[in-house]
Amino acid sequence: MRNVAAIAQRELNAYFSSPIGYVLIGFFALLFGWFFYVPLAFFEQQSMQSAMNPGQALNINQMLVGPAFMNTTVIMLLVFPLITMRTYSEEKRSGTIELLLTSPLTDVEIILGKFLGAMALYTAMLSITLIHMSILFIFGDPEWKPIATGYLGLLLMGGCFLSLGLFISSLTKNQIVAAMATFAVFLMLWVLNWISTFVGPTTQAVLAHLSITEHFDDFAKGIIDTKHVIYYLSFIAFGLFLTMKSVDSERWRG
Amino acid sequence: MIEVQNLSKRYGPFTAVDDVSFRAESGEILGFLGPNGAGKTTTMRIITGYMPASEGTAIVAGHDVFAQPIEAKRKTGYLPETPPLYPDMTVREYLTFVAKIKGVRKDIKGRVDEVMKRTWVADMANRHCAKLSKGYKQRVGLAQALIHNPEVLVLDEPTAGLDPKQIIETRQLIRELAGNHTIVLSTHILPEVSQTCQKVVIINKGKVVAIDTPDALTERLRGAVTMYVQAQGPVDDIERALLNVSGVVRVNVADRKDDTGIFEVDTEKGADVRRELSTVVVRGGWGLLELRPVRVSLEDIFLSLTTEEPATGLADESANTAAMTDTASNHGEEAPHA
Repeated sequence: MRNVAAIAQRELNAYFSSPIGYVLIGFFALLFGWFFYVPLAFFEQQSMQSAMNPGQALNINQMLVGPAFMNTTVIMLLVFPLITMRTYSEEKRSGTIELLLTSPLTDVEIILGKFLGAMALYTAMLSITLIHMSILFIFGDPEWKPIATGYLGLLLMGGCFLSLGLFISSLTKNQIVAAMATFAVFLMLWVLNWISTFVGPTTQAVLAHLSITEHFDDFAKGIIDTKHVIYYLSFIAFGLFLTMKSVDSERWRG
Repeated sequence: MIEVQNLSKRYGPFTAVDDVSFRAESGEILGFLGPNGAGKTTTMRIITGYMPASEGTAIVAGHDVFAQPIEAKRKTGYLPETPPLYPDMTVREYLTFVAKIKGVRKDIKGRVDEVMKRTWVADMANRHCAKLSKGYKQRVGLAQALIHNPEVLVLDEPTAGLDPKQIIETRQLIRELAGNHTIVLSTHILPEVSQTCQKVVIINKGKVVAIDTPDALTERLRGAVTMYVQAQGPVDDIERALLNVSGVVRVNVADRKDDTGIFEVDTEKGADVRRELSTVVVRGGWGLLELRPVRVSLEDIFLSLTTEEPATGLADESANTAAMTDTASNHGEEAPHA
C-alpha cells in the first residue's frame, strides 16, 4: 500500500511540476463554467415565465444540474486523453520504466498507483465544480441527494475512461499516438448507441449496455442502481487488467 | 552472490543471449566485457528482473529472479545504460521517491543525504534532474542504485559520459563498495576491467567467450605464444606436419590461397618451437614464406575473441599492438593514469 501511495503521489506531483496540471484544470473549469452557465440562463428565463403564469413547477435538479453533469462527459472526452497519454508512454520513452520494473514492486502496485494519481487529478478538477454547486445552494434550493449521486457517477465514469486511457498509453512510446488513440476510443464508446435506431432489438440492448454514457443517466437523476455501479467498477477493473497484461507482455517481448 | 546458469534470451529468430553462465562471489567485482550489441545489457536486464529469460536461471543473493522477483529486486541495485531519472523532480525528491519504492522504511532522509554525499551529488540536491550535466545524471543514477544498500549492484557502463576525473572517482567508489556488495559492471573499455574487476566475462554475439581474472587472462596468453606461419605447398599436408611438431598444441588454418596457407600455431607455455617449425616445413620440400611470433595483449584477446575474422584480425593487429595501446588510451574515454 505504501508503494501504491508513493507512485500515486509521484504521478500527481508530475502533473503539477509541469504546466500540464494547471492547464488541464483551467480548461476544465472554463468549459464546465460554460456548460453550467447556459442551462442556468435558460432556467432563469423559464422561472421568470412561470412566475408570471404559475401552475407548472420547475425542478432545478432536472433542468440544470442533470444537464451540466451530462455535459461534463464531453469535457472528459477531450481532457482525459491528455491526462493519461503520458502515464506509461513517457516512462517508456525516458527509460524510467526500467526503474519501476526493477524495483521491488508488483505490477498491480505500479498500475494502481498510476490510476490513483490520475484519479486524484480528476478529483481535483471535479472539486472546482463544487463552487458552482454552492452558488445554487446559496441562491436556490436544490436537492442535494441527486447532486451527490451525480458526483459518484462522474467519478465512476471518469475511472472507466482513465483506466482505458492508461491501457492505451501502455501500448506506445509516443504520447501523441496515445492521446489520439485514446480520444478515438472514447469517442467511439460515446457514440456507440447512435446506430441503435436501425439495428435489431438484441443489438440495440447490447449497445445500450456497452455505452459508457448510457449508464450515467440514472446517476444524474439521483438513482444509484447497482447494475450501473457494477458496470463501471468492472469496466475499471478490466481496463487495469488489460494494462497489466500489456506491461507484462512488453516484458516478454523486451 | 550472483549465479547465472545457461541463460538464453531470444527475440523471435534472433538470439540476443545464448547459453550464458557465470558466477560472482560476495564482495567480488565482475566485469562484463563485450562490443556494443553483444548482449551485455540484455543479460543485466534479466539479472535485475526487468525481463524474463527464454531459458536458464539467474539467482541473485539467494533468490531466483523469476520465481521470487520481489525478494531478489529488494537486494539488487541497478544502474541502466541511461540513468532512469524523472526530469521534473529535484535530485532530493527523486532519491526520496526511489528510497520509498525500493522499500527503505526507516530514516529515508538520512539515507538520501548519505548516498548523495557518497556519490558527490549533494551540491545538486535541489536541482531538477533535467538540468543536470551528463556526469551528474550518471552519478544520481548511481546514487539511485545504492539507496537501499543492496547486496548486489548491477551497473551498466557506469563510467560512460563522465570526464576523466569523474571516471577515476567512480572507479574508486566502485572498488570501495566491493567489500560489502557483489558488483557486476559492464563496459567496453578494457583498462577499466583490469583496473577494477577481479573477474572478467567476455561476451560476444550473446555467447561467453572467456571467463577468468584479468591477470590470468593475459598471463594465459603471454606464456603461450602463437606463431604465425605462411607456407607454400599442399595446405593439408603442411597442417599435418606442423601438428606433429612436439610442443604444438593446435594448428589453425587461417587462410588458404591456391598453394599457400596461413597457419596459426598455438604452442605450449615456454616452448620455443620456431626452429622445429621451420625445419619441418623445409624438410617437406615446401616454401617457408613467413614465420613470426604473435604477441598478445588484453586488447588482442578481446579483439580475437570478439571480431568477425579472428584469424586475420589477430595477425594484423599484433603488428600494431604498440600503436593500438596508444590509441586506446587516447580515446578520450580513458582517464590519464594517476
